[in-house]
Amino acid sequence: MTEFSFWDILRNLLLAARWTVVLSLVSFIGGGIVGVALLFLRIGGRRGMRVLSRGYIQLFQGTPLLMQLFLAFFGLGLFGIDVPAWLAACVALILWTAAFLAEIWRGCVESIAKGQWEASASLGMGYLQQMRYVILPQALKVAVPPTVGFSVQVVKGTALTSIIGFVELSKAGSIVTNATFQPFTVYGLVALIYFALCWPLSKSSQRLERKLNVAHRNH
Amino acid sequence: MTYQFDFGWLIGSLPVLLKGIRITVQLILIGAVFGVALGIACAWVRTLGPKWLKPVVATYVELIRNTPFLIQLFFIFFGLPSLGIRMSELTAANLAMIVNLGAYSCEIIRAGIQATPRGQFEAGASLAMTPFQTFWHVVLVPALQRIWPALSSQIVMVMLGSAVVSQIAAEDLTFAANFIQSRNFRAFETYIVSTLIYLALAILLRQLLAGLGWMLFPRKASR
Repeated sequence: MTEFSFWDILRNLLLAARWTVVLSLVSFIGGGIVGVALLFLRIGGRRGMRVLSRGYIQLFQGTPLLMQLFLAFFGLGLFGIDVPAWLAACVALILWTAAFLAEIWRGCVESIAKGQWEASASLGMGYLQQMRYVILPQALKVAVPPTVGFSVQVVKGTALTSIIGFVELSKAGSIVTNATFQPFTVYGLVALIYFALCWPLSKSSQRLERKLNVAHRNH
Repeated sequence: MTYQFDFGWLIGSLPVLLKGIRITVQLILIGAVFGVALGIACAWVRTLGPKWLKPVVATYVELIRNTPFLIQLFFIFFGLPSLGIRMSELTAANLAMIVNLGAYSCEIIRAGIQATPRGQFEAGASLAMTPFQTFWHVVLVPALQRIWPALSSQIVMVMLGSAVVSQIAAEDLTFAANFIQSRNFRAFETYIVSTLIYLALAILLRQLLAGLGWMLFPRKASR
């Protein structure tokens, strides 16, 4: 039987942590793109579209991420595609992230005073122009801290993809535990690696919030 | 797509599903009560508590908020037995939920407490209230009233997050769904049904908490 040194364990976990990072980035960027589309439908768009996007957001916020992963994993298979775990993981995480980001950003857009919409409309701007030149540049400032804060949820959300068999940090933790029989050390280390990924994000979110609040007070 | 949907298994599997629902509801009820209690205690320490305890609680909160629930669960269920602390799946699941909700609700309640105007503390003291009475009647209850919506959302999030306790074989709703789909080979339908049940539970829990808030805080919010 091979003996595993502490270094062996840590090295394997760190190698797997790369996939946690990659998956987080893919879900966050993909979720951001889908989220923007949802946001446009949610606040502008036709009535039917507004209702539809609201339903989408409530559905994804009101069900467990784990169930969404299962549904993506088994649901994509219904179309006759052989679904690898990474694909199901990406699809589910992107759709889940999009729902939350769209809702966060909606709050930010709605925090912009109504007069701004009216003023830009009175200048003859269309909906997209209003968004592009007037609303979004102002909403962006409000949106940065909660968006960075939500990225922590995305990193933590990727842990669930281990359950459908995607090998990232959590799955690697289970595999290494099964090989070494040292659950305390291994899961402790896994937790610390997640902490190292998430804590800087949490802190910078808090710092940004404080900074932007100061900017608000100066108005 | 030539797939034929089949929900015929639903009737035969109803007892398993109902048991799963019962366990999930039980987990969140116990988790919410003790989790919020822990959150209140931690929020007290972080705002008005003894100085030496503050960094301990701050570390706890940061550790929990920056690691996935799944890993906390694994650490409690698989890791702690090496220290000689053993517990059943359900106990471990509930403990993990309490510890998790405790950290999140601590931050939420703390925000509520910090929004209390300074003068209210002084007013409480000038009425000869003990520090505990001041905390309870003057600080905590209005603080809870202020942050009740945020706290409710967090409790619903913990309920949805509890789906992963099936991974340590706690027999909740997700465990029931996994069990059923391994029997009927109708994975997609089974998970659709359990997802809809979770959605219904989430809506129900939200309504319940709104009603509870309405009962607990009959007075108008004081600003």
